[in-house]
Amino acid sequence: MSAHTVVPEQSVQDTCAMVIDHPAEDLLVLRLSGAWRIGKALPSPDVARQAINQTPGVRRLAFDTQGVTAWDSRFLAFAGQVITEGTARQLTVDRSGLPAGVRQLLDLAAAVPARQDTGAGVGPSWLARFGLGGIAFAQNAIAMLAFLGEAALSVLMLLRGKARVRRIDFLQFLQDCGAQALPIVTLISFLVGVILAYVGAIQLRQFGAQIYVADLVGIAMTREMGAMMTAIIMAGRTGAAFAAQLGTMQVNEEIDALTTFGMPPMQFLVLPRLLALALMMPLLTLYADLLGILGGATVGLGLLQLGGVQYYLRTAAAVDLHDLSAGLIKSIVFGILVAIAGCLRGMECGRSSAAVGRAATAAVVTGIVSIIVSDALLTVVFDLLGF
Amino acid sequence: MTDGPCIAVQDLDMAYGDRVIQRNLTFTVNRGDIFIIMGGSGCGKSTLLRSMVGLLPPARGDVAYSGQSFWRADPAVRERLLRRFGILYQAGALWSSMTLAENVALPLGEFTTLRPDEIRELVSLKLALVGLAGYEDFYPSEISGGMRKRAGLARALALDPDILFFDEPSAGLDPISSRRLDDLILELRDSLGATVVIVTHELASIFAIGNNAVFLDAATKTMLATGDPKVLRAESTIPTVRQFLTRGEEGDGHA
Repeated sequence: MSAHTVVPEQSVQDTCAMVIDHPAEDLLVLRLSGAWRIGKALPSPDVARQAINQTPGVRRLAFDTQGVTAWDSRFLAFAGQVITEGTARQLTVDRSGLPAGVRQLLDLAAAVPARQDTGAGVGPSWLARFGLGGIAFAQNAIAMLAFLGEAALSVLMLLRGKARVRRIDFLQFLQDCGAQALPIVTLISFLVGVILAYVGAIQLRQFGAQIYVADLVGIAMTREMGAMMTAIIMAGRTGAAFAAQLGTMQVNEEIDALTTFGMPPMQFLVLPRLLALALMMPLLTLYADLLGILGGATVGLGLLQLGGVQYYLRTAAAVDLHDLSAGLIKSIVFGILVAIAGCLRGMECGRSSAAVGRAATAAVVTGIVSIIVSDALLTVVFDLLGF
Repeated sequence: MTDGPCIAVQDLDMAYGDRVIQRNLTFTVNRGDIFIIMGGSGCGKSTLLRSMVGLLPPARGDVAYSGQSFWRADPAVRERLLRRFGILYQAGALWSSMTLAENVALPLGEFTTLRPDEIRELVSLKLALVGLAGYEDFYPSEISGGMRKRAGLARALALDPDILFFDEPSAGLDPISSRRLDDLILELRDSLGATVVIVTHELASIFAIGNNAVFLDAATKTMLATGDPKVLRAESTIPTVRQFLTRGEEGDGHA
């Protein structure tokens, strides 16, 4: 009867081979030989599949493995696939030709049937995904609002003297998001001032109006850039740290331990972080404003040959208390938002190390998005109020 | 010792979202019991513990402590009940930013009016009780897993609890340390008069210290038996329970 041989190109000893034999009308025999090991070229199970599917009148499938000198998981996987295919075609599979170890391992692998309800495989359609995304977004927004509300209640309890905040924690966070943030705030704000002055100088020089660089830098720094840049730095630096700290505590069950001692995590963990950041943000912003103006002055004095006193007087005339307080109000709002985003993401962190990473990332993203959105809103509101 | 049940679990269903973990759990724990929550891996033992100590609201049912409902009580009552618990988490769950002494001192500082020097004395005593005298100023990351567990126990003992909960106390411990922890649990129960609830699947511990138990089954998602584990091993007619308690050497013989 018909027989064909599949030998992958490999002329070493123990070359793996498969001969598909068809000794009787209703019987297929796979004659396997060689050392079936990981790292060797093996015949493809597709060839066997094809033979099973395309030979007419086949009812039985058998193996002949007398020529197999060695085998490992690759052989197991091969045999498993062929048997699955044969069973699916309603063939009677005779496994007695397989090595005893292979039979036992195949039985072991089949001992617990694959779970059917894990939902793997078919994903939802794009429309369903769109809807699910929308629902997730809404739930996210509700969770953030609930968290904000709970935090507000805790602040209220603190004002009434009922909340428990460990002073040492609070001081630690003050130092952490205050003094220790100074170097990076210094660098970034100074450079933002320099950039603003440069952009302004190129345009204003065409009209001989270089002196207005002082106005531009002064107003832009105090109203906008000081608060916003500081907030973005703090979102990346402190917001992410909050999320990672709380996330790790979640993984270690440390937050559970607080809860079961009757020490609400909202008061013990969130409140000191929130207060520290809300308190330090305006101070950092004030400092950033000053450094930005200094950066602008460096460009003004160095590049535009303006006088120092002249630059100072011009800035003092342009910037008034409104600009300064608008920036400071924003900075407090940003500080609260960054702390809330960091703590929220940390508290809802899952119980694995990957979840901590995701929480830190989500904290920065949420923080920056809420900074920009609230900035836009506040700018409009201040404008309407004529502030 | 009084006769009324110390803990009564009534018709408890537990679920994470739509996924039911266990349903229809009803059992009682008497004062002074060493009560074992046992069952195969993934059957919801730790979840039951979380429901009993207030970390996971049940989908249905309630847990009552000395007749006082826990989940239906208002927050103030619940907080007072929590104060009576001491819980040892699986990996200790020590607050990693604090030293061992600070870990034990925090609940004392929060819930008592003791002076700092009195607290320091108590902290040293609690750490000495679990064999960690002299380790006051170590951070949790500086000591071994077994020591972290014992430090967690010292913290759980801080407020002299009536009820001690242990989540897999012997997980990750060598047989000797595990045995010592069992002895420690027995001594604490006897000297403090506390009630102890332990989640474990260590047969050695179950028979050595348990005098009451509940068996949870992952397949049927409910409890199969409750009572003294030694009696269950001798008399239970339920194959799954027998099989578990005899390491699969008896019962329906599938293993």
